[in-house]
Amino acid sequence: MSALAHIFEQAGLATVGLSLVRGQAERARPPRMLHVEFPLGRPLGRPGDPAFQHRVLDAAFALLARTDVPVLVDHPEVIVDESDAPLACTLPPRHDPSLHPAVDELIGLRPAWRRRFEATGHTGVVRFGGADGLPAMVEALVRIEQGAPWQDSGLGAPELGQLAVELRTFYEEVALELAGHTPAARQSESWLYRETEMGLLLRRVQAALKAAEAPRDAWFRFVPTGQPPA
Amino acid sequence: MSSDAIVRRSVESLDAFDFGTTAAVAAPPLAEARVAIVTTAGLRADGLGRWSEGQGFVTLPAAARDLQLAHLSVNFDRSGLLADLNVAYPADRLDELAAQGVIGSVATNHLSFMGAQPDHTLTTMRLDTGPAAARQLLADGVDVVLLTPV
Repeated sequence: MSALAHIFEQAGLATVGLSLVRGQAERARPPRMLHVEFPLGRPLGRPGDPAFQHRVLDAAFALLARTDVPVLVDHPEVIVDESDAPLACTLPPRHDPSLHPAVDELIGLRPAWRRRFEATGHTGVVRFGGADGLPAMVEALVRIEQGAPWQDSGLGAPELGQLAVELRTFYEEVALELAGHTPAARQSESWLYRETEMGLLLRRVQAALKAAEAPRDAWFRFVPTGQPPA
Repeated sequence: MSSDAIVRRSVESLDAFDFGTTAAVAAPPLAEARVAIVTTAGLRADGLGRWSEGQGFVTLPAAARDLQLAHLSVNFDRSGLLADLNVAYPADRLDELAAQGVIGSVATNHLSFMGAQPDHTLTTMRLDTGPAAARQLLADGVDVVLLTPV
């Protein structure tokens, strides 16, 4: 992002940016940057809080008058992620013991996902046949977990990583519906990886892919840094 | 240690391309400025949910809100964006500032790049797609750019 600031200023556009990693802004030396010590992914601080977001924008736009560049200013408000406190979410009971637990869990969560989709008209679950197509895709991951070569999954390395992201998106949308509020940063991620069958499967499949020396593209998106490995 | 602290520690010292000097354009008074958001969140408006532009960019109509997060990294919170786009892409906040007269106007389109670039020399972005994005913004009369990461 700092590179874009340099490029745009050279082209005649005035820029101001929000920085989430201070060391990067220090080294890249873009002209005007407001460092926000907020959770990664939330540079405006608090979702659903326009007043808070406007305070951040006011502080950023105030830097536009500065010509003593590079300017790197720390926003006074700080928010820390709560990855150590997984969201408390009730999971549906198992319906079909003949299915892999992660597949059964996913199917059981689809009504919650559908309620949120119908209420918001929006979803990030757009690939692999959408929410209805995910169970069959998870079956492919189960086969990898059980020892089948990942090359037989019908998915290339990048597609495997994308599938992991798609499943995370599904679960985080479900978490928003089940919780009834926007959780603190990383709480729904930690719920997925520490409390659900799907999280366990994603961690095990990542381990299987690494053991099979699959390309990094295949496995690195299965488990975020900071979540426990299998 | 929190997840963000672990990630920040791992990326804090990544190489950054050295531009040598820091160019700076004098911004117009904010109340007269036409403002665009340029995000590196890898957002897109075409429903595909997949980033295939490398160091290129996609155009986001300023009124569009049904956006998909196609960012390649998994090491940031996604729930905030799922709940409220403005937490990384403050399009509604800009509209409010324009309505209040705090900023002059909002650009016709905002732009989206991918922040997670393995090639830290960013050659394509520096020499091609970045200047092309600037030309597109200038052609729309934009004079101020708000840069947002994830």
